[in-house]
Amino acid sequence: MIRRRKIINKLALFFCFLTALWGLFWLIFILFDIIRHGITALTPSLFLNEPTPPGIPGGGLKHALIGHLLITLTATLIGVPVGILGGTFLAEYGRNYIISRIISFIADIMISIPAIIVGTFVFAFMVKPMGHFSGLAGGVSLAIIMIPIIVRTTENMLSLVPWTLREAAFALGAPYYKVIFQVVYRGAGVGIFTGVILAIARVAGEAAPLLFTSFNNAYTTYNIFQPMASLTVTIFQYAMGPYEDWHKQAWGASFLITLFILLLAIVGRYLVRLKFKA
Amino acid sequence: MKVEIEIKNLNFYYAGNIQALKNINLQIFKNKITALIGPSGCGKTTLLRCINRIHDLYPGNRYEGEIIFQGRNILSNDIDLIELRSKIGMVFQKPTPFPMSIFDNVAYGLRLRGIKNKRELQDRVEKALKEAALWEEVKDKLNQSAFGLSGGQQQRLCIARAIAVEPEVLLFDEPTSALDPISTGKIEDLIIQLKSKITIVIVTHNMQQAARISDYTAFMYLGEIIEFGPTEKIFTNPENKLTESYITGRFG
Repeated sequence: MIRRRKIINKLALFFCFLTALWGLFWLIFILFDIIRHGITALTPSLFLNEPTPPGIPGGGLKHALIGHLLITLTATLIGVPVGILGGTFLAEYGRNYIISRIISFIADIMISIPAIIVGTFVFAFMVKPMGHFSGLAGGVSLAIIMIPIIVRTTENMLSLVPWTLREAAFALGAPYYKVIFQVVYRGAGVGIFTGVILAIARVAGEAAPLLFTSFNNAYTTYNIFQPMASLTVTIFQYAMGPYEDWHKQAWGASFLITLFILLLAIVGRYLVRLKFKA
Repeated sequence: MKVEIEIKNLNFYYAGNIQALKNINLQIFKNKITALIGPSGCGKTTLLRCINRIHDLYPGNRYEGEIIFQGRNILSNDIDLIELRSKIGMVFQKPTPFPMSIFDNVAYGLRLRGIKNKRELQDRVEKALKEAALWEEVKDKLNQSAFGLSGGQQQRLCIARAIAVEPEVLLFDEPTSALDPISTGKIEDLIIQLKSKITIVIVTHNMQQAARISDYTAFMYLGEIIEFGPTEKIFTNPENKLTESYITGRFG
């Protein structure tokens, strides 16, 4: 009997190990491929130059890099305040209302909504009425993806702060907004910040919503009311294109964006560890 | 003897109309220590939390009756809770340091009251920490996180934070139940010293503690005050059978 259990245990262990290896293999394969092809594409001209007509060497992705940063920044500026304040409402002011639980539930659904649907939504409600694509519309669509993530993390992090801490601040005669801003946010700060970082990492790799909103631009623009290039859309465009040069630059863009997300994720993880160690 | 707080016909209901206090009448004397004792669930903490209306944080709670403090009924709707809580402070069962430095913890209530002058803040923080018998231990690390202190030190920090704003009344909710005997002793000494300036109400599970430090004791059972009187009398010659069996350890 015991022998049989030991064998089953070994088998279970073996299969678990095998599946983990299977997942890891592809992950490393993809990462390795991106690094292998991407690193050779990293030349100064990739960062400094705008695209050249096909066949003429020396083209770069300056337009997409700047566009990507601007779109992500716009999304952050819109999404972070809304997300944090929304999460604060759910965990603090609105904690006893049914509406809060409904919003929480909807936010959970929104987190797993396909990004392209958000893109088409913003297309219908922003791009169409404005009459043209714009970086702003791209930022808004990414913000819509960010908000439910930040709302839920903020809510969770705030509810982890013990109520006795709030009571202690109230007992000193603090009004609620000061209790939240001066005491509760400090207690939950690292957690909320981690949520923000991970939400930025989540949207930084999106291409689908941008196709319908910021679209593309062959030139560098700093005007978020104009159509704007982004790394992800450029990857899509260049990888499908017929030119060797484009392919190379798409690899470079893939590498950059992977690196960016990787860095954000590492910072996020590090902060989580920092918080729960203390 | 001056009455600081007079509780008249107080009934209290938690959300869902669950009555936790029944017709409480109690006088709390100025510059004395009043202890609330009784078995778990008897309503002593509930009563204490009525006095600074911390129950108001949770919806559905309801008071009936009166608590007269400085000539006004603090249960009435037009009472400014922020002002009330600056006069009636509270120290909780578990230490509740804020996630900030030791100095900022003590200065928190002062800053709430609009004190911005650095010099004045420093003086009053120092004074409060000295009164809480914590100054010598923390004077060289005022800018360090309050979480680095031991449990007993954290609790004395919370007392310092509460007395920094010079309240008239201080409510203690089992302030030593999470502490070791040495820290408990320090805090008991501190409470006795504080009563020259502040009226004190303390909830305690520890009957020896009530006997050691309090001037008056109220014995509560099932949401009612069974007996109230000078501590000495309650512990040596109680009038009520229930009180007697509780303090002699026959139940509770």
